[in-house]
Amino acid sequence: MKFTLSWLKEHLDTTASLDEILEGLIGVGLEVEEVSDRGKDLAAFKVAHVQEAEKHPNADKLRLCKVETDQGIKQVVCGAPNARAGIKAIIALPGAVIPVNQSVFAPATIRGVESQAMMCSERELLLSDEHNGIIEVQGDFPVGTPAAVALGLNDPMIYIKVTANRPDALGVYGLARDLAAKGLGKLKPLKAEPVKGTFTSPISVSIAGDGNSCKLFVGRYFKGVKNGPSPKWLQDQLRAIGLRPISKLVDITNYMTFTYARPLHVFDAGKTHGNITARSAKDGESILALDGKTYALASGMTVIADDAKPEAIAGIMGGEESGCSDATTNVFLESAWFEPRATAATGRKLAVHSDARYRFERGVDPAFTQVGAEIATRMILDLCGGEASELVIAGQVPDTARSFTLRKTRVKSLGGVDIPWAEQLRILRDLGFATSDDGVAQVPSWRPDVHGEADLVEEVCRIHGLDNVPSAAMSRPHDIARPILNALQKRMLASRRALASRGFNECVTWAFLPEAQAKLFGGGQPELKLGNPISSELSDMRPSLLPNLIAAAGRNAARGFGDVQLSEVGHAYVGDRLQDETLRAGGVRRGAFLARNVNGGARNVDAFDAKADALAVIEACGLAASSMQVVQGAAAWYHPGRSGTIQLGPQNKIAMFGEIHPRILQAMDVKGPLVAFEVILNALPASKQKSASRAALVISDLLPVSRDFAFVVEAKVQAAELVKAVKGVDKVVIADAQVFDVYQLEGGKKSLAVEVTLQPKDKTFTEEDIAAISAKIVAAANKAVGATLRG
Amino acid sequence: MSLDALEQDILAQVAAASDEAAIEAVRVSALGKKGAISERMAGLGKMAPEERKSAGAALNVLKDKVSEALAARKSVLAEAALEARLATETLDMTLPVRPQAAGTIHPVSQVWEEVVQIFGDLGFSVAEGPHIEDDFHNFDALNMPPDHPARQEHDTFYFNEKPDGTRNVLRTHTSPVQIRTMLSQKPPIRIIAPGRTFRSDSDMTHTPMFNQVEGLVLDDVTHLGNLKWILAEFCKAFFEVDEVKMRFRASHFPFTEPSMEVDIQYAREGGQLKIGTGDKWLEILGSGMVHPNVIKAGGLDPDKVQGFAFGMGLDRLAMLKYGIPDLRAFFESDLRWLRHYGFRALQVPTLAGGLSS
Repeated sequence: MKFTLSWLKEHLDTTASLDEILEGLIGVGLEVEEVSDRGKDLAAFKVAHVQEAEKHPNADKLRLCKVETDQGIKQVVCGAPNARAGIKAIIALPGAVIPVNQSVFAPATIRGVESQAMMCSERELLLSDEHNGIIEVQGDFPVGTPAAVALGLNDPMIYIKVTANRPDALGVYGLARDLAAKGLGKLKPLKAEPVKGTFTSPISVSIAGDGNSCKLFVGRYFKGVKNGPSPKWLQDQLRAIGLRPISKLVDITNYMTFTYARPLHVFDAGKTHGNITARSAKDGESILALDGKTYALASGMTVIADDAKPEAIAGIMGGEESGCSDATTNVFLESAWFEPRATAATGRKLAVHSDARYRFERGVDPAFTQVGAEIATRMILDLCGGEASELVIAGQVPDTARSFTLRKTRVKSLGGVDIPWAEQLRILRDLGFATSDDGVAQVPSWRPDVHGEADLVEEVCRIHGLDNVPSAAMSRPHDIARPILNALQKRMLASRRALASRGFNECVTWAFLPEAQAKLFGGGQPELKLGNPISSELSDMRPSLLPNLIAAAGRNAARGFGDVQLSEVGHAYVGDRLQDETLRAGGVRRGAFLARNVNGGARNVDAFDAKADALAVIEACGLAASSMQVVQGAAAWYHPGRSGTIQLGPQNKIAMFGEIHPRILQAMDVKGPLVAFEVILNALPASKQKSASRAALVISDLLPVSRDFAFVVEAKVQAAELVKAVKGVDKVVIADAQVFDVYQLEGGKKSLAVEVTLQPKDKTFTEEDIAAISAKIVAAANKAVGATLRG
Repeated sequence: MSLDALEQDILAQVAAASDEAAIEAVRVSALGKKGAISERMAGLGKMAPEERKSAGAALNVLKDKVSEALAARKSVLAEAALEARLATETLDMTLPVRPQAAGTIHPVSQVWEEVVQIFGDLGFSVAEGPHIEDDFHNFDALNMPPDHPARQEHDTFYFNEKPDGTRNVLRTHTSPVQIRTMLSQKPPIRIIAPGRTFRSDSDMTHTPMFNQVEGLVLDDVTHLGNLKWILAEFCKAFFEVDEVKMRFRASHFPFTEPSMEVDIQYAREGGQLKIGTGDKWLEILGSGMVHPNVIKAGGLDPDKVQGFAFGMGLDRLAMLKYGIPDLRAFFESDLRWLRHYGFRALQVPTLAGGLSS
């Protein structure tokens, strides 16, 4: 909403400065977006009088002028062709900052003659692109008059952001009301004496009973008007807020829109056919609107139609064919009230934006419908002459009457501020709430947003000023804070930092991705597809953290960073139910795990790095990774032979890891080597730790003994099966068993070397003890996986 | 040979020994089974008791002297040998160590923890809700019925319509967590709800996904003055300054009444924002007293329960505090950006240790 200071002052009797008014607007909740104050910008420039203009002695195209300024007579060299004796110009004296290039003007000697001041062009003052000559001030302004005053630019333009609940603030009058309540002046009374019609309108109005959005229609016929350009004051006002003056009749409707938030429409009564009806549009109808576009109408949309066809989209935009022109002599004025939601729905469907729609969809004051028509009537008669008919009215003012009680204690108990009761009543009354002394407040017709006591508290508080609400400390629920994070939240934090400590750079990637990539990772379900994606690159919800991380690794590689480890702890979606959205910790490693270095040992990432990462996340979450099963193979986007799944059981998968399938990398155009893992944090079992205290420490003073076994097994045997069999021999004595070597043998066999750690409990082992355990281990290994000792 | 001469001879040999082997040879020749001293010791048995006594004592003195000399020489030689070995073992210690990647924590995650530290101290727990929401939680219950103009301004991402005519949305704010919290726990309620939010908006300063943190307090006494207090305390704690100048402006949100927006004062110094000084205003959050309709939608009685809610951008907080210029870069995963703006793995923000130090 834009307006000018002088426009505001037409309705607010105030001595407040611009800054005070801006502060007041901000304080009452009308956020000031922009203020353009040309008076301030042009403060250094004044009117001067060119007394003489002679040819420059040393240059043909330059003139040497004697100019009267408020600082005395100055000698000025000027190249403008229109620099001549007798005109009034805008002068810059030394020190003035020239707007166009922000340079500071300083006297200079031009072709041997000193120039003590500068006469400015419109371009130099950023008023227009005109630079063919200097500004010639029109009108009788004495020397020294500020340029902004002489050029009619001294009216600051204010642009405020009006929240959706305040349609009343979409007119200058409503703003004046708020500011008056704030104590920044006095609201001037409305001048809206009814105009008595001199004849009966030849056009009648009606509202069809088809459920259309029009509830009240006030019309008036004018004959013998003379349209044409508006007077300068009206044109200036409209231009100042960025509107293009069109003609008197149209400019009047715009003036009413911005002054009283009361959109109107004027039909050229010479172009309409018969009577006017507000009705629902019929499917197949269309209208050429004032914006030059043709809109296809449909039932459910409301139109203002004559006997032939729709002539306006109700509350949104008038039709081109019945629009007013300079030739218009007879006019039909529409001041109607349209239901906000229906108007908004139509506007959205047709994608038409207009100042009228903006106001109707937020709520135009229904009680002002007839008042607006009267004010407009007066303006039309004043500016265009002619005669006005009696009003024709259909429908009635929608009943918005309602009242709420503001308890005397409520501003204090909800708003936290003590305001004397009389002051509270004054604020409400100044805002137009008819309020009894015990706080029963009737909501004015222009405030559709007020629906309860809390709203009354808000009105009192915002006018009183939220800055004046004293700050009050909150209680502490506990003197020393208690923990507030739940297990999953703690695991999220632990996962993040565990991965960062393993060298991962944490990312936050989009929660969406292209459909093709979603499908590669098991996604792409219809319920996870956005109906209105911002682009096809962001069309589906991600089924996994990995695709976006893999893409990020690819982008970094393309920038020259090939060895990366990128992690993310965030949500992925396998369906649209609550439980389908899980928190995960995932990561990708690409390139070298260890780059070449003086200490040797360079190697690329492999699936075991990803396995270690997954296990590290699980450990960081407070769980023993050793208690989890690791089984061969993972989802389809992993390498079928170089991936694994960490699970509690077949139905309880917790994590997957491994090399990413080469086909997936190819499809995503990312080069490997690239390994990845993903742990579903929601799937992790609860920690068994119930209290802070630990179980008693049991340690043996006896040295552990270690024995190595070189087993030969079929190549397909998994190491974990062998280790499980070995450990199962004696859970007390066998403290650990680790595969420390593996290599392929001839004939489809392989060698697995296992180091078994034996922990004596009561006494050191004898050779016989060790031999007995060893025999059991060999037997168990043979039984479980057919292992034999190497000969 | 006299005992003196023998002593001189052996000590001379000890002194001349140049390595461990030579020392051992000297020891054997003197103290070994057939050594000069050992042999003389063996000859003692043939002597008369008086003679044996004095000669034995003299031999023992010699034996001790020789043993001492051998040990001393051995130690000198061992030192020398060690020095010589060490001299050959020198490495260039200016060479680099084995490379180890230094991981980083994303600024949004870091700020998440900072915010949780601050509010946790006042007993706010962390509540969560799904990103894929329904109309009820995202709009209706927040006093935004269908066709509410504010609803149109949300640039909502919609999912395709389901057979039953409903359609899910990506939550446009963290406020639906207010409703989920009210429906699942009884007042007094103190929660914050940090998390991802989504709007169909993408330009210089907007991304289709961003992070917000919601706050909600509901009990029977909390009022607007408490809201102002906590926001001021939060800003001081978060920006780690003694004073933050704030401006509280009346505003409008469908889910609060009264509503206010909050600006903080800042200065721009050397291209960086500085909070707590200066003369410019920056809007950082929206807030207000929870609207009675929202309390009702949450299954509570607005005549008995009141409180406040606020919402602010986590990304924006990170940008302001850490001088990060571009929101879009947060989600681009550019390694250079992650390394520059990220935080060390063990740089855990705590109230005791400081949030950013």
